[in-house]
Amino acid sequence: MPVMNMIEAINNALHLAFERDSEVVAFGEDSGNYGGVFRATKGLQEKFGSDRCFDAPICEQGIAGFAFGLALYGLKPVAEIQFSDYMYPAFDQIVNEIAKSRYRSGGQYPVPMVIRTPYGGGINGGLYHSQSPEAFYTHAPGIKIVVPSDPYEAKGLLLASVKDPNPVLFFEPKKIYRSAKGEVPVDYYEIPLSKARIAREGTHVTLIGWGAIHHINMDAAKLAEKEGISVEVIDLRTLIPYDIETLDASVRKTGRCVIVHEAPRTSGFGAELSATLHERNILQLQAPVQRITGWDTHYPFSFDYEYYPNPKRVLWAIKQTLEF
Amino acid sequence: MAKAPKLPVKQILDENGEFVKGAQVPEIPKEDLISLFKTILKVRVVDSRMFKMQRQGRIAFYMASYGEEATHVGAAYALKPQDWIFPQYREQGAAFVRGLSLQLFVNQLFGNSGDLNRGRQMPMHWGSRALNLVTVSSPLGTQIPQCAGTAYGMKIKKQDAVALTFFGEGTTSEGDFHAGLNFAGVYKAPAIFFCRNNGWAISTPIHRQTASENIAVKAVGYGIEGVRIDGNDLFAVIDSVRTARERALKGDGPTLIEALTYRLSSHSTSDDPSAYRSEDKDDGPWKLREPAIRLRKFLMKENLWSGKEEQDWEKTCEKELLDAIRVAENTPRAELDALFEDMYDDLPWNLKEQKNQLITFLKNEGKR
Repeated sequence: MPVMNMIEAINNALHLAFERDSEVVAFGEDSGNYGGVFRATKGLQEKFGSDRCFDAPICEQGIAGFAFGLALYGLKPVAEIQFSDYMYPAFDQIVNEIAKSRYRSGGQYPVPMVIRTPYGGGINGGLYHSQSPEAFYTHAPGIKIVVPSDPYEAKGLLLASVKDPNPVLFFEPKKIYRSAKGEVPVDYYEIPLSKARIAREGTHVTLIGWGAIHHINMDAAKLAEKEGISVEVIDLRTLIPYDIETLDASVRKTGRCVIVHEAPRTSGFGAELSATLHERNILQLQAPVQRITGWDTHYPFSFDYEYYPNPKRVLWAIKQTLEF
Repeated sequence: MAKAPKLPVKQILDENGEFVKGAQVPEIPKEDLISLFKTILKVRVVDSRMFKMQRQGRIAFYMASYGEEATHVGAAYALKPQDWIFPQYREQGAAFVRGLSLQLFVNQLFGNSGDLNRGRQMPMHWGSRALNLVTVSSPLGTQIPQCAGTAYGMKIKKQDAVALTFFGEGTTSEGDFHAGLNFAGVYKAPAIFFCRNNGWAISTPIHRQTASENIAVKAVGYGIEGVRIDGNDLFAVIDSVRTARERALKGDGPTLIEALTYRLSSHSTSDDPSAYRSEDKDDGPWKLREPAIRLRKFLMKENLWSGKEEQDWEKTCEKELLDAIRVAENTPRAELDALFEDMYDDLPWNLKEQKNQLITFLKNEGKR
């Protein structure tokens, strides 16, 4: 099995999606001849022609609206927003159009499509190349939200997203685009959406994260193990609609839970998970659910260590739940 | 300051119902002309009845299109069934030309279980997948880049089809107008951008929307064709859309059509035009220029229409409408399932739980 980094796995998935279904098209800023600034669409135009993989003008609302129109006509657009920090001009198209079309038309006009976008910090990007805006979109029912954590996951989840009959926002953790490497089958496979993955079994505390943070959580679990703490690490994979069964079962087993994300704490997706887990499992919980998150500030260029959740901070929260 | 060129306004049938000298008259079968005129009258019957229905509290909201009927009736007629229409909202004539039944239209106004949208949208948000008529959404201009995307889809699938979108001159201030025309221009998408320049965006006159000499000239900035037409002249509307369609299918790219018309009605049932314009000074001249007057004159001169026929037709429309209203008023709203379904292709766990929660509450309240 070949070893791929995340961007290679995503590129490989797109090539397979293009081969399997001639209705799949990909576009975005610099997506065509250049293959994208991160090279996710590399080789697609060369192999499948410029009708199916092409450059978009620099206009995020146009990209989202154009993809909507393609999807209505039966194509399967995989649009790229170059950085999720720049997706806000497309917010209206995503929230008012893409998320609502199926519902407002009584099911007549669904818009199956994918928007891929790199997100997250840890790359010396400052305020405008580091954001994790997923929570804004989790508040817009009608779209699915998927965040892969490694190359194998990225390929299987992206192929499932392309095949899904609903619009999917696919947030790619750009911090680990090249650093996360792993064996990836060359053949087509899908990883079902809305199924979380128990990446490491444990009995004392449940640790929930997604994307690049999943690796922080795995490292935190190793640190905890040295201190005799058994941590169950869950990679959420799909934020909307998320896998409540796996979360409930794990939290009922361990009685303790820490949720970790990069985005600011207030109204972050951790708040939703925490509230729901408390509502459903209050009697089985031994301690309040803790959150380790970015602070309620903008992403600071020169304080990356202090801002970005790290394994020791996560371990600290784990201990707090145990000492409660 | 650079001055935009004054584009000529194309007119074929003048206000007196005479063909303009030297104008090339598009071929339109006589029975089609009669049928289009009848559709304009039908829109008026529906608009006037529904406006009253709103005042009586029987429907929540309505938007009439008095004075602008030739734009949407004519544009829809010039298209083929495989062409897609992305409406804004004030284009009920296009829906009727496409074949949307009065019953489905009225069901939408009532939001009952016979509504194709399952009662989910406020009145005037019709649409039909079977008719390639995209369901109306309220945000202004969002349909413009969407129309460009669908048109590009038609091009890469090598279909003999175009996509047309309607919008008002006010909407040309939206970012999505720029996005849509720019994308369609770059990809030479077979799209038609049909601007109903009716002078008013609710209360705001056009010179508060743009300092541009006109709307059509904006096409130059996108490298696409721009034309200005008399939007109250059914012949000019049909001619311009046919020409744009041919251009698009030849691979010559999109066209921006600016149709000059006037919104003689209020913006909606929630609007009071007397607060911002004068019925005499502003509306007066346009009342003489509205599209039915000249078409009626023309048809009568050609012995294709009579006052008696008009009376009969209006009665027929009124009767059909009242029947549709009666049916709609007696059709219950959709089942509770419609509240939760169609968010996704299936019902995820959270919606199942929320639905059960609501049902339990309603049962406790004795409402189910």
